[in-house]
Amino acid sequence: MARTEEYQLNVGPVHPSTHGVLRFVLTMDGETIKDTEMVLGQLHRGIEKIAESRSYLQFIPYTDRLDYISGMTNNYGFTKAVEDLAGITVPKKAEYLRVFVMELNRIVNHLVCIGSLLLDLGAATMIIYGFRERHKVLDLFESLCGARMTFNYIRPGGVRGDIPEGFIDNAKEFLRDMPKRIGDYAQLINDNEIVHMRMKGVGMLSPEDAINYGVTGPMLRGSGVSYDIRKDDPYSVYEELDFKACTRPECDTYARYIVRMDEMYESLYIAEQALDKIEHLSGSVNTHFPRIFTPPEGEVYSRIEAPKGELGFYIASDGGTRPYRVKIRSPPFCSLQALPQMVEGLKIPDLVAAFGIVDIALGDVDR
Amino acid sequence: MIFENIYEIIAFILNSAGILQYMQSYSDALGISIAPKLIIILIETALLLVGVALMVMALTWMERKVLAHAQARLGPMITWYHGLLQPVIDGVKLLSKEDLMPKRADRWIYFIAPMIAFVPALLVFIPIPFGRDGAIISDLPMGILYVMAVSAISPIGILIGGWASDNKYSLLGALRAVAQDISYEIPMVLTVIGIVLITGSLSLQDIVLFQDKIWFVFLQPLGFIIFLVAAVAEMARIPFDLHESESEFVAGFFTEYSGMKFAFFFLAEYAHLFSIAAIMTTLYFGGWHGPMIPMIPPIITSIGWFTLKVLVIIFFTMWLRATVPRVRVDQILDIGWKVMIPLALFNVFITGLLVAGGVL
Repeated sequence: MARTEEYQLNVGPVHPSTHGVLRFVLTMDGETIKDTEMVLGQLHRGIEKIAESRSYLQFIPYTDRLDYISGMTNNYGFTKAVEDLAGITVPKKAEYLRVFVMELNRIVNHLVCIGSLLLDLGAATMIIYGFRERHKVLDLFESLCGARMTFNYIRPGGVRGDIPEGFIDNAKEFLRDMPKRIGDYAQLINDNEIVHMRMKGVGMLSPEDAINYGVTGPMLRGSGVSYDIRKDDPYSVYEELDFKACTRPECDTYARYIVRMDEMYESLYIAEQALDKIEHLSGSVNTHFPRIFTPPEGEVYSRIEAPKGELGFYIASDGGTRPYRVKIRSPPFCSLQALPQMVEGLKIPDLVAAFGIVDIALGDVDR
Repeated sequence: MIFENIYEIIAFILNSAGILQYMQSYSDALGISIAPKLIIILIETALLLVGVALMVMALTWMERKVLAHAQARLGPMITWYHGLLQPVIDGVKLLSKEDLMPKRADRWIYFIAPMIAFVPALLVFIPIPFGRDGAIISDLPMGILYVMAVSAISPIGILIGGWASDNKYSLLGALRAVAQDISYEIPMVLTVIGIVLITGSLSLQDIVLFQDKIWFVFLQPLGFIIFLVAAVAEMARIPFDLHESESEFVAGFFTEYSGMKFAFFFLAEYAHLFSIAAIMTTLYFGGWHGPMIPMIPPIITSIGWFTLKVLVIIFFTMWLRATVPRVRVDQILDIGWKVMIPLALFNVFITGLLVAGGVL
C-alpha cells in the first residue's frame, strides 16, 4: 500500500509571487492546499510608533511609505483625520485637486494589481503595459510635487502647491488616451479562455464571509456588496461628482478583476469632472497651517476609500504637537485574513491567482 | 553529385581536398583502418553540436527581442548591434558562476541529470532532413519512431534532477513536468500515426518527399492542431510551461541548479524547442520544400527554407508566450487525457478510413 501524508511547504518570504516579503506556510496534500498560515511582519517598520514622536506635518511622508503604490491616497487618509480632528476647512480647488490625484492614483494601483496578477498567472506582458501608463501618471504627479512615488503632496489645509503650467493640457491628453488603452487591455485579457480557466470560480468568498472578515474595497464589491465609502460615507467633494460603485455578484477572482477594470473607467470619469473644476476655479490651494500645530484634545477615526479598500486613521490627541497614538486600519491587512479560507482545497496556482487579486502592498500590511 | 547524407558530403570534401586518401593510407599502415571513418563521424558530431549551440544562442536572443517588442520594450541593446552578443555574454556569465550543490543532494544523480536532459535533445536531430541532397545526418528507416523514443528520454533527466536536488519546489516541479510530458507525448505519437498511414513510411526523408505537392497541414488539419498543442506542451512553453512555473515553484525542477549545470538545462530546453519545431516542419510544413532559387545550390536554398519555417513556428510560440497566461496543472492534464487523446484517436480513425477507402 502506498502511504500518503501531508507535508509543509514554505512559500516565501523570498519568492516570485508573494509581492514582497510575505511568507506562507502551506499544509499540502499532494498539490492541494489543506491549510494556509501567513507569517506577517517581515516589513514591520513601526510606523504607528514613529507617529508618536513626529509632529502631524512630519508624519505625512511616512504615510507615503505605507502603501507605496498609492501614496496620494495615504497622504489624504492621514490629512483628512487631522482635518477632522482640528476642524480645518479646505479651499474648493484644493479638494478637487486632491480628488483628481487620488483617482489617478487609483488607476495606477489597479494597473499594477492587474499587471502583477497576470504576471503571476504567467502572462508577462500586461505588467509592462500597466507600467507604461503608470509612468504617464507619475509624470503628471512629478510635475505637481516633484516626486514619483513618495509624494508628500496632500497636507492639512490643502495641497502643497498649485498646478504648474501645462499641467491641464498634459492631464487632458492622458484622460483622452487612457480609455482606449484600458479597452485594449480588456481585449487582451477579458475574453481570454485561459484567463477564464484560471480566474473563474477560484478564490470564492461569500458576501457574508467577506463582511465578517472586514474585507473592503474591490474585493468586497467583487462579492456583490455595494459598499464604497465615497458613496456611503462621502468625504471631500465626492458628493458633487457623478460616479457609481462597481459591483459584481460572482464572488470569484474574475469578478474582482472586472470590478477593478470598471473602476478604472469610473476613476477616469471622476478625474475628468475634477479636472474641469480645477480649470475653472481660481484662488489659493491651501489655507494657513500653523508651523506649531496643536489640535484640540480628543480622538478621531476617519476613513476613506483607498484603491485597496477602507483606509482608516485613528488619531488620539492629548493637545500636544504630536499625536498621542495613531492606529492605521490598512485595507490589505484585513483582506489578507480571508485568504486561507479562499484557497482551502485549491491548488498552488490558485493560491497565486487568489492572492494576486487581493492586491497587497507589504508596506501597508506590516506597517 | 547526389549524396545520401552529411557523412558522404564530408567524405567527398575531404577526398577532393586529398586529405582522405592520406589519412586512409596512414591509418592502414598503423593497422587502424577504421580511423578515417571515426574522424568523419567526429566532424559530424562537432557540426551538430556547433549548429545546435548556435541555433540555441540565436533563439535566446530572438526570444528576448520578440518578447521585448511585444511588450513595448527594446530588449538587449547594449551588447553590440541590437544586443546580438547577449547570448555570448550570458554564456560567459553562466560559466563564471559558482557551481553550487545542495548539501543533502544526491551527488551523482544531481550531477548526471543535466546531461540526461541535454543529450537526447541533441540526438533527436540525427534523422531530421535539414535540406535536400543529403543534408541529413542519417536517414533512419524508422526515423519518426526514433525521434519520439529519444525525446521521451529527457523527462527522466528532469525527474531525477528534481529528485536529487532535495528541495520541495524541485520535486513538485519535476513531478508536474514529467506528468505533462508523458500525457502530451501520447497524443503527439497518435497524430504521427495519421501521417505514417498516408505515407506508408517511418522515414522522415520519405515523409518530406511525399509533401512536394501538398503539405500535410492541409491533409491532416485536425492532426496538425493536436500536434501543435502537444508540441507547445512538449516544448514547455507558456501556456503549458509547468516545467518552470516560476510564479509557483520559483524555477521548477532546476531551482537548485546554478552555473554550467543550469546552462545545460537551459540549452536542453532551447534545443528541445528547436527540435520539436524542426519535427513539426518536417511532418506538416513540407520540410525543406520551397521554391528553389537559380544560381544558388539547391542544398543551401532548401536548408534556408527549412530554417525559415522552423523560425516561424518558434516565433509563433514566442508570440503565444507574450499573450496568454499559464494553464493550471490539473487543467493541463485534463486537456491532455480527456480532449487530446480522444481527438487524436478520432484522427487516426478517420485517416485510416480514408486511406483504406483509397481517398488518400
